Amino acid sequence: MASAEALIRLMHIHRTFYLGDSKVNALRDVNLTINQGEYIAVMGPSGSGKSTLLNLLGLLDRPDSGIYHLAGRDVTTLAPDEQAQVRSEHIGFIFQSFHLVPRLTAAANIELPLILAGINPDERVQRVKQAIHEYGLDDRAQHRPNELSGGQRQRVAVARATVMRPTLLLADEPTGNLDKVTGEEVIHLLETLNQHGVTLIVVTHDQAIGARAHRQITMDDGAVVTDTITNSELNITG
Amino acid sequence: MKLTDTLRFASYAAMGSFVRTLLLVLAMSIGVASVVVLTALSDGARRYVVDEFSSIGTNLVIVLPGRSETRGFNPANLVTSTPRDLTVNDAEALLRLSGVKLVSPLLIATSEVNASGKLRESMLVGTNADYMQLRKLKLSLGRFLSKTSSKGGSPEVVLGALIRKELFGTENPIGKTVRIGDKKLRVVGVLAEGGRGMGMSSDELLIVPIAIAQTMLNTNTLFRILIEAQSREQIDTVKPQVLKTIISRHEGEEDVTVITQDAVLETFDNILNVLTLGIAGIAAISLAVAGILVMNVMLVSVTQRTAEIGLLKALGATSNSVQQLFIVEALLLSTAGAIVGLGLGYLGAAFLRYLYPVFPAYPPLWAVFAGLGTALASGLIFGVMPARNAAKLDAIQALSKRY
Repeated sequence: MASAEALIRLMHIHRTFYLGDSKVNALRDVNLTINQGEYIAVMGPSGSGKSTLLNLLGLLDRPDSGIYHLAGRDVTTLAPDEQAQVRSEHIGFIFQSFHLVPRLTAAANIELPLILAGINPDERVQRVKQAIHEYGLDDRAQHRPNELSGGQRQRVAVARATVMRPTLLLADEPTGNLDKVTGEEVIHLLETLNQHGVTLIVVTHDQAIGARAHRQITMDDGAVVTDTITNSELNITG
Repeated sequence: MKLTDTLRFASYAAMGSFVRTLLLVLAMSIGVASVVVLTALSDGARRYVVDEFSSIGTNLVIVLPGRSETRGFNPANLVTSTPRDLTVNDAEALLRLSGVKLVSPLLIATSEVNASGKLRESMLVGTNADYMQLRKLKLSLGRFLSKTSSKGGSPEVVLGALIRKELFGTENPIGKTVRIGDKKLRVVGVLAEGGRGMGMSSDELLIVPIAIAQTMLNTNTLFRILIEAQSREQIDTVKPQVLKTIISRHEGEEDVTVITQDAVLETFDNILNVLTLGIAGIAAISLAVAGILVMNVMLVSVTQRTAEIGLLKALGATSNSVQQLFIVEALLLSTAGAIVGLGLGYLGAAFLRYLYPVFPAYPPLWAVFAGLGTALASGLIFGVMPARNAAKLDAIQALSKRY
């Protein structure tokens, strides 16, 4: 598993926050290797560093020390704009609170990453159309987020996260704001994406959801406590 | 991110909070409109005065009786307070100077004119035949005063267009007699409508030979002597000669004032230009206030849209794109305000012209550009700080805010 082709390689990652006078070790000597196509659940109590890990993996945060290789490239030393480009091309985010832009329609929300990446309008229209169809949002495309149900909103968010066809999908409590049934749907959606080769990392409190992943990482006080592969039917394509 | 997309996103963002945008555009447009209207007003005043003054003729040198004292109070003024009369003979002497083309003595008084039982009060002007050419007057009927020596003069009168209408209606007045004071005068001509100059309309004038006017008013003194120089260049040589001639004719006493139209025109022009600038400056304050408002609104907007900014960053927006989005939004708002303001300003100026047709209230071009420029510059300058704040925002913290 620890091949040179690993998608993600974290080496001795440290991240410390200062809250007033107190020092919080968000991440303490985290070492991880994640291969292309894995399905990982990150679990642990609040403040254990799961979200920090996710932000770090998504290049939204920088480690204080340690090295992060993404697709064989050291991304810790990249300039902010280069990191933005890596985010744009390789990483999709899904948030607990959806984070849809309220004044934009579902279609426009999905189009956002394409716009930011500077893709031509013609191609954008094509890809947005396809995504809307794939996620079963055809009759909701011109609705604004406040006219959508929770499940539909998260579907739009997933469509937005995947419209750039990222290799890495990071989901922070994707079902946290959804009821059980719609939560189930969204998880199923993400799993389908994973089956198509996308590396999926889900941060969750929910044991049931965590158990569905092929690999569980539990964290406590900024350190990885357990890292177990429960499901052998790994879907490694890279 | 492409520019067209940036524009579209920013304009959607602006339209997303419609009332905010409306108020901001309104504030900005009031600023621009006030610059346009106020400068139109003051530049209109300048033009009005300049037009008024240049419509009395070209290359004029004007002699006024009396000395305009610029050297402070002189006790001698008490003794010799009455200046010598400015006479018709003075005017004739001036005609002999080189560089002088035309000379018209001028006597002005109000008097009553009476014809076929109708009585009207009007302005009586006593002058000579050259007055028509000098003042560029136009006739609609008949002829102007005949060329006679200034001593004599036949009892004839040229009527202003309005006087003619009120006294004779549509009837042809040529050859009819009117009574001015106790004199009977024959109407020889009628002035064309719409002439102006020195604050009075030529429509209400009665022009009679200077000698007739002097006998009617029982006076020898003149109100003005108008001199037209051969050319613009001659004005500077004519002016001292005129003064010298009058002084020598008045026993060495400098008891007249000689002014040139150019100098007066220039002075008015300068003073009123400065006035316009000052007014534009005052109006620009409202623009600056609008600019600060743009900044305030954009700052609030950045705070309100923290999560959105975080999201954009997570979706791969560079700090630069985020900054651009906010600057473009600020620019769009101020541009919209500037355009609306320009429209309002021109409308306001047009309304002023509608209310006062003689008043040329056109906003000067420089003020329009200055107004627009200030609006856009303030939008840009005051948009930068909020935009930088947005770009600097920490994506993680921004995202932790909930919609």
